Amino acid sequence: MQQLIFAIATMAAGVLGCAAYFFGTNWILDKLFPSKGLTGPVASRNLRITNAIRPWLFLGPALLSLTIYLIYPVIASVWLSLHDRAGENFVGLNNFIWMFNDGEFRQSIYNNFLWLLVVPAAATFFGLIIAALTDRIWWGNIAKTLIFMPMAISFVGASVIWKFIYDYRAEGTAQIGLLNAVVVYFGGTPEAWVTLPFWNNFFLMVILIWIQTGFAMVILSAALRGIPEETIEAAVIDGANGLQIFFKIMIPQMWGTIAVVWTTITILVLKVFDIVLAMTNGQWQSQVLANLMFDWMFRGGGDFGRGAAIAVIIMVLVIPIMIWNIRNAAKEMEGH
Amino acid sequence: MIASSRSPLVWVVHISVILLVALWTLPTAGLLISSLRDKDQLAVSGWWTALSTSSQNLTGRAASPEAQVERDGKFVIAGKLLEGGDSKVSAFGFRPLQPTAFEAGALADIGDGQTLTVKDDGSYEIVSPARMEGTRGQRIFYTAAIPPRFTFDNYREVMRAAGIGSSFINSLTVAIPATVIPILVAAFAAYALAWMKFPGRAILIAVVVGLLVVPLQMSLIPLLKLYNGVGAFFGVSAKTYVGIWLAHMGFGLPLAIYLLRNYMAGLPREIMESARVDGASDFDIFIKIILPLSFPALASFSIFQFLWTWNDLLVAMVFLGTGNDELVLTGRLVNLLGSRGGNWEILTASAFITIIVPLIVFFTLQRYLVRGLLAGSVKGG
Repeated sequence: MQQLIFAIATMAAGVLGCAAYFFGTNWILDKLFPSKGLTGPVASRNLRITNAIRPWLFLGPALLSLTIYLIYPVIASVWLSLHDRAGENFVGLNNFIWMFNDGEFRQSIYNNFLWLLVVPAAATFFGLIIAALTDRIWWGNIAKTLIFMPMAISFVGASVIWKFIYDYRAEGTAQIGLLNAVVVYFGGTPEAWVTLPFWNNFFLMVILIWIQTGFAMVILSAALRGIPEETIEAAVIDGANGLQIFFKIMIPQMWGTIAVVWTTITILVLKVFDIVLAMTNGQWQSQVLANLMFDWMFRGGGDFGRGAAIAVIIMVLVIPIMIWNIRNAAKEMEGH
Repeated sequence: MIASSRSPLVWVVHISVILLVALWTLPTAGLLISSLRDKDQLAVSGWWTALSTSSQNLTGRAASPEAQVERDGKFVIAGKLLEGGDSKVSAFGFRPLQPTAFEAGALADIGDGQTLTVKDDGSYEIVSPARMEGTRGQRIFYTAAIPPRFTFDNYREVMRAAGIGSSFINSLTVAIPATVIPILVAAFAAYALAWMKFPGRAILIAVVVGLLVVPLQMSLIPLLKLYNGVGAFFGVSAKTYVGIWLAHMGFGLPLAIYLLRNYMAGLPREIMESARVDGASDFDIFIKIILPLSFPALASFSIFQFLWTWNDLLVAMVFLGTGNDELVLTGRLVNLLGSRGGNWEILTASAFITIIVPLIVFFTLQRYLVRGLLAGSVKGG
């Protein structure tokens, strides 16, 4: 309880500190270069100066913290990936050479590609189907809320939920995991699903698909509503049926949005860590890059060189999407 | 809207949506129901049977021979196996290998002329012709039908013993300041990027968009080194709440600036121009006009940031200690998965406590969450 009071006090101090900074610097700027009540060249010169300085005062704290927490670390990670475990001696590309010869790393890359193939596709597919179906029924919004709900659940919480579903009891005893109960009901034999190499990847992916479908659904459902009525009406008049309208009229108009959803989930997949840590911690050949990186960060006191090298690989995989995003944003800015 | 409401296709749509909703809600429902069940029942039967009577094989012990009473020249030990409730015994036995050898009410010969009987209400009677010796009671195996039992015991247990209570406070301690502090910083920066003219603005916006997708993994090691260095320099621990608040702020800023900038850039230009004509400076315009108008975007970001900081595991594992007064809920849950992996009564109750706050936030503020998602993503297409 005491620490909560401490937290709220710090929060108040932080907010007040921010406010004090913005008000204070602004007040000083106005005092140093007054323009109100003045006329002539002095006033316009002062106005020009304040207008040039003020943006940087506004941006200051944000730029500072972006630099410390994101820009500097990206550069430092690249630098560290070329050094030994303590970050002291330059080792060239040794970390990367080690990596590509390491079985666990290759396993992780392989699994990550499986994740990249399956999760964005499945989440977008389900999101699109659900968005299209719920659009037509009166209780669609309730359905959407319920499917969207897992978005609020942490990856760890979701892992517990699904671990319970995958729970395994020896054959012959009552199964308390839903999946095994269903399997036994239909005459199959129960399995410890998360320990089956290769297939366990898919059982972990289900968790992320379960969480992300809601996201895809929300975005795609907005895009569906944004499709001009006239195009659909024209298709109806031409005698197109429901499926034809969906695939030939609606989908082509949504490619841009589908791409955004797809790439957003792709980035999330590359960073997925909590689910694997909580479900298997990389055992039974289910390792992924983000968890492997975390592992090396602390393994045997921490190998920063190898950890950073794995992080760099994740970053390299993200870069194409990053460039695509920036180009899209730039295009849109021109439109403004 | 396309198919007429009377067509059979509509029923197909209704049924498929019901199936999909069931698929998406059943996992969480199972967790909630399980967390409220009696822990003995939870361990032997699925949560979907929670409302039906469960049959359990149990072991009990009769009272010790010291409790025997003499009745009609015989010695009798009597008592009850099941405490209270509407439970019913269907069968019993006295050998471990034949736990259900006798039906309830039958007379079992347990040797030395002694007989044992267990009635279906759980009362038992051992009758012996001679005085019974020893101090230990006769073991009785029995099968009982136990009616469903729901209880908050699991929650009491995890709040007290499993440390979930203190972790709940720790999670709040992390999430609240980490949500509130970045707002003002991001809002000022977003205004500058949306409405002020200065050289390098386009590049800065591109940088923010680029930083949106930088994986957290890139930041971890350098920041850990930095924190260790700062901690050693000032002679304090490298793992503090202040450290994690600032880290969450740094990681959350790109999204905050991006969301707020998009929103502010969409506000009508005329408002600002008329204010400027009246002699208002950028600072006045921002404080008095833009900030109040941006409330929906600020709310969207706050919800994102709160959910993200509350649900985060990675940042907390790296930048916060693992002591009782620092371990957050997600971290505690991972530890419990390792140490109490089979105790589903502990895990389900703990998991439900960790997800209840985000769920409340989600259901009350869903509107802003959706709006934020749309502003953050659709624009990119």
